[in-house]
Amino acid sequence: MWVVPTIPPALYLMLSGILFTIGVIGALTRRNAIVVFMCIELMLNAVNLTFVTLSHFLQSMDGVLFAFFVIAVAAAEAAVGLAIFVMIYRSRETINLDEINILKW
Amino acid sequence: MLDYVWLIPLFPAIGFVINGFFGRRYSKKVVGWVACSALGLSFLTSILIFFDLIGRPPSERVFEKVIFDWVVSGSFQSVIGYQVDPLSILMALVVSGVSFFIHIYSVGYMHDDPGYPRYFTYLNLFVFMMLNLVLANNFLLMFVGWEGVGLCSYLLIGFWFEKDSAANAGKKAFVVNRVGDFGFILGIFLLFINFGTLDFTDIFGSLQKNPHLLESGTVTAITILLFVGACGKSAQIPLYVWLPDAMEGPTPVSSLIHAATMVTAGVYMIARCNVLYSMAPISMMIVAIVGCATAIYTASIGFCQNDIKKVLAYSTISQLGYMFLGVGVGAFSAGIFHLMTHAFFKGLLFLGAGSVMHALSGELDMRKMGALRKKIPITFWTFFIATLAIAGVPGLSGFFSKDEILWQAFSSSHGHFFLWLVAAVAAGMTAFYMFRALFMTFFGESRVDEHVAHHIHESPKIMTVPLMILAVLSVIGGYVGVPHLLGGANHVHEFLAPVLGGGAEPAKAHAGISLLSQAWASSGESGGHSATLELLMMVVSVIIALIGIGIAYLFYVKNPALPKLLAEKKRGLYQLVLNKYYIDELYEILFINSLKNLGTGLWRGFDEFVIDGTVNGIACLFGWLSSVMRRMQTGLVQNYAFSMIIGGVILVVYYIVRAIFY
Repeated sequence: MWVVPTIPPALYLMLSGILFTIGVIGALTRRNAIVVFMCIELMLNAVNLTFVTLSHFLQSMDGVLFAFFVIAVAAAEAAVGLAIFVMIYRSRETINLDEINILKW
Repeated sequence: MLDYVWLIPLFPAIGFVINGFFGRRYSKKVVGWVACSALGLSFLTSILIFFDLIGRPPSERVFEKVIFDWVVSGSFQSVIGYQVDPLSILMALVVSGVSFFIHIYSVGYMHDDPGYPRYFTYLNLFVFMMLNLVLANNFLLMFVGWEGVGLCSYLLIGFWFEKDSAANAGKKAFVVNRVGDFGFILGIFLLFINFGTLDFTDIFGSLQKNPHLLESGTVTAITILLFVGACGKSAQIPLYVWLPDAMEGPTPVSSLIHAATMVTAGVYMIARCNVLYSMAPISMMIVAIVGCATAIYTASIGFCQNDIKKVLAYSTISQLGYMFLGVGVGAFSAGIFHLMTHAFFKGLLFLGAGSVMHALSGELDMRKMGALRKKIPITFWTFFIATLAIAGVPGLSGFFSKDEILWQAFSSSHGHFFLWLVAAVAAGMTAFYMFRALFMTFFGESRVDEHVAHHIHESPKIMTVPLMILAVLSVIGGYVGVPHLLGGANHVHEFLAPVLGGGAEPAKAHAGISLLSQAWASSGESGGHSATLELLMMVVSVIIALIGIGIAYLFYVKNPALPKLLAEKKRGLYQLVLNKYYIDELYEILFINSLKNLGTGLWRGFDEFVIDGTVNGIACLFGWLSSVMRRMQTGLVQNYAFSMIIGGVILVVYYIVRAIFY
């Protein structure tokens, strides 16, 4: 039996917040689509961390349930997203987001 | 027999349907037979019903036949129903009778026209509508007939629509009539508001029971509005301008619609509403004055017209003025009597003019006629008889009816010496211009074009027989209304008494007659007048007529150079009258141009500027806004993500701030 030191929930949430912020900044500033994508994954996992933490401390399985959903969605999104990148790369020979601005009028 | 009154309008309707749908497939003979026999049957039915009515005591001579409910909507109800009473049956007789003869005449006159089936279709439709107008038992059905005859008038004026002048004349008639109908329908609305029904019997009955049902202002408004309608249909000042132009239509049409029947609808309508008009002395005065003014004014225009049909047209307007003068002074039966005799002799005059045109290959200008007396004798004699009748020569129908109106204009409580004077002078003028037309056409030297002169021929029997019948009627038609003074019985007056009031023997009169119309009887029509005075007036009017004839003889037979000399001398006046007092030009400036300007103004100012401006302006506004706003849509995913995050931050901040402060 080892003693798990009691880490206060605030720390988990702070970690989650820090991870999320890093994700946001990365997603907004990086040019490489893959990196942006990774940052989005980071944000999703930060949220997952929050879910799990609160699930534990509130003695409720709802949060865990949601975390699974997020993971499932993130996996699907990764598959679709990466496929899109492949296609964009094929047609435009780049995945630099600054050069991909066709999503407009 | 009275139950079968619906047959009278039904026959022309059947003729209309048959000729309208199949006329073009049938030969001309069949078309003519269908149209004429429809009218013949209708005329026959009218006669039978007339005799049935005569056979009844006067108090039972009002009969209503409801065919079916037409409009049932909330509190408003209207039926298709016909009313048989002395007034309507007399009108039905005149309409179907004169129409019948004119139909027969048309078979000959229109024989070579390619639009033959179309012509008879319209003509039958017209008679159907006209019979609806005169037989209707409520204002709504009357209005249907009223509009229907207007439509047929339009169609027949523009019958030769390939001619611009005919098409324009049709349009003019239609538009001018709309002005009148506007007043007419407003009058009907007012009646409905006040009575809640449009039935003649209900309205007049309740008025007779309680003469104070309506305020005098309302009654005056209703009657004046109805009179505006009558002005349009019956071509009175100021809406008379369409009738002279209506002569563009085929001559039998001018005869039937624009002389004998349709244009008298206004007189009939006022006689029908005599109860209302009796309660509105101001309206009566207006009717009498307008009628009187029209009579003399248009008679003066007739002086200088050279187109034989135009002379007759102005003469028609003038005679309609007489009828309005008659009904305007309260002598309703005199007005209707003149309507009847006028239908005979004016119908005949037009048919005679048509026969002259037929003989002269369509020539209308009287300056290119002359000396036709020997060449077309039947036309001449019938035309001569009609001219005598309209001029008021004693012994013919026009004399009795015109004299009755003149006497009433003087002696009735609504009459006035000046009304009589003006009307008497107009009678002299009528005699003058009618004999001028007669002399120019049939007497003097021939001014006919060389190549036309070879073809002069009397019209075929099918045209001359109606002429002769109408000529007989023009002579004897007046003897049903010989005044008491001359030993007659004035049957017309007595016959119409159940409807128009003022019966010779009030005790015999219809039970529904109120004190009001009996008051009429004593004060108006048979009021204590001195026989000597009446005789004197009669002699004076005859003398005036003879003077008119004498002057015409002097001018156009004795000394044909005289009129030209006179025209030279009074050049300004001659030009003024020749150009019909420039009324058409005045209307052009006053109404047509100002309406056109208004239309152009509304088109440019309102439609193009306001409406189009609003619509286009809104589109422009959004176009501009979006051209600004779409800059926000960069197409860069990260910008979008950034705005999402900004939004998220704002939301979070909002909730935090709210949690802290509240």
